[in-house]
Amino acid sequence: MLFDIRRILGGLFAVYGVILVIVGVLDGAEEIAKAEGVRINLWTGIGMLVIAAIFLVWERLRPKDVPDPSDETSGDA
Amino acid sequence: MFALAPQDLRLDVNALDYLILALYFAVVVGIGFAARRAIRSSSDFFLAGRSLPAWITGLAFVSANLGAIEILGMAANGAQYGLMTVHYYWIGAIPAMVFLGIVMMPFYYRSKVHSVPEFLRRRFNPATQLFNAIAFAVAQVLIAGINLYALALVMEALLGWPLWLSVIVSAAIVLAYITLGGLSSAIYNEVMQFFVIIAGLVPVVILGLIRVGGFEGLGQKVRESVLGEGGLHTWSTTATADNPLGANWIGIVFGLGFVLSFGYWTTNFAEVQRGLSARNTNAARLTPIVAAYPKLLIPVVTVIPGLIALVLFSNLGKDDGPAYNYAIPLLMNEFLPNGVLGVAVTGLLASFMAGMAANISGFNTVFTYDIWKGHVNGDHPDEFYVRLGRIATIGGVVAGIGTAFIAAGFSNIMNYLQALFAFFNAPLFATFIIGLFWKRMTPWAGFWGIIAGTLAAFAVYIPYRAELLDLGTDLNASFVAAGAAFLVDAVVSVAITLVTTPKPDEELRGLVWGLTDVDLKDDSIAGDKKWYRSPVVLGSGALILAAAFYLPFL
Repeated sequence: MLFDIRRILGGLFAVYGVILVIVGVLDGAEEIAKAEGVRINLWTGIGMLVIAAIFLVWERLRPKDVPDPSDETSGDA
Repeated sequence: MFALAPQDLRLDVNALDYLILALYFAVVVGIGFAARRAIRSSSDFFLAGRSLPAWITGLAFVSANLGAIEILGMAANGAQYGLMTVHYYWIGAIPAMVFLGIVMMPFYYRSKVHSVPEFLRRRFNPATQLFNAIAFAVAQVLIAGINLYALALVMEALLGWPLWLSVIVSAAIVLAYITLGGLSSAIYNEVMQFFVIIAGLVPVVILGLIRVGGFEGLGQKVRESVLGEGGLHTWSTTATADNPLGANWIGIVFGLGFVLSFGYWTTNFAEVQRGLSARNTNAARLTPIVAAYPKLLIPVVTVIPGLIALVLFSNLGKDDGPAYNYAIPLLMNEFLPNGVLGVAVTGLLASFMAGMAANISGFNTVFTYDIWKGHVNGDHPDEFYVRLGRIATIGGVVAGIGTAFIAAGFSNIMNYLQALFAFFNAPLFATFIIGLFWKRMTPWAGFWGIIAGTLAAFAVYIPYRAELLDLGTDLNASFVAAGAAFLVDAVVSVAITLVTTPKPDEELRGLVWGLTDVDLKDDSIAGDKKWYRSPVVLGSGALILAAAFYLPFL
């Protein structure tokens, strides 16, 4: 692999998550009323931060997702 | 097609939403530049160096099909046909994707071909390759054009951008990242696009369900809508064609579930190419199977919003109201405040571009390998073909812009795409399946079979379009056209085989079932033997889930 998509995806979602959480905290009554009484920016922001964390932690724990070739025989035809 | 006056749909976007949009496209172009540094050979440019793990190629596989036309079109179908729209996913995609992974992918991947037409040259002859390559290249440019035109119409309606601005900006972005980074760039962007579009659609679904009173409230309101009880069933109304989709179970199972679906998913190079970029045979086989799992769930963010829009907007799809295709944008407008609205708009725009990028990256490969290298001049050094691939990318994008307006004559863009698949994919699937399992099938049977099948599809579809032949709905017409293409291809292939000379077994090793290539070395890696990386186990799981998902909605 040429570079790790998990880091880029994690990074983008972290930035989006932070932006949405801030906007969500600052949302006024009008925005909340529009979204059926839900602070949707806040919740979406939190959701995106969770996704970001999953990708970044995964990348940290298994930096290379390319295991070495083994001698295992395969059943592929 | 999009009859609504622009101001009626205008989204209330602000600087924050544009910031989110701009960030995304900065990252996209950044990926293009980063990917460019890794390109040393034509294999890097056209096949991402055959190095990707199955989760990336799998998400790219599902994403290459999750263009905005698909998303908006399936939400439109959801509003128009109700729950029967899930047939496009659970019977119209999953079985074919699993079949591709388990049965066909080993032939594609292990024969080391760059493309589907190249496989046809190895199994049959160069004439078959050339015909398929040209048909495919033309289809990809047409579909890229439809994507671009639809994108521009949606952006005009939602954001007020003039048509030409959307066309130029999006074509320029796609051009930049494919020309720079080739297939890796396209695949990485497809993975990102997948997550962004889901992040944008999930809030729409949740807020919409809150408004209509959850699934129960939605069911109740659909019963009271124009769809009525029929909108909530998938199979129980299919003894006759008297249901919202206008198709009986034979049409659904054989037309949609077999001929159209297997034709599209197993032979469409824009999809198969994602599998060819995988790092080994097992990852290639897992590509469509990994993709099957998200595919199972996508109706949640397409069909459900379609139904919500149907019950919320009384004039949706009527003469005086917005077109069905605007179901999702209408809901975005209704529920999403600035911020998450920016994410949803970004997801929509990104998926338009990813759809187009998939067509263009398929096109540049086929043009370079199968048309130029195979039939014009094959004696250049490797760098020449990378350069040619970049030039083909530019040519493809420009031709896509030029042909965009062909899409304008059709009332429902999904039907238009279905029509194209019927022409190009249904006969191809017949040829593949006979060629894979019957080693006697001769090179010229391959060629004439595809030609005859394609002509048969035209022979059905053109009289239907010209209203000389009554086939009911557009959907039914594409079932019949695809079915005719498949049958004629099969009959002609068998007939020609009986009077021409087959290839010797030696030349067919690795290309036909039962004739394995003994020289190929095993490419499996540690962990491939585990059950959760077994194509058969995971593929069976996807099939069982697809059947189980139908149970509450029979």
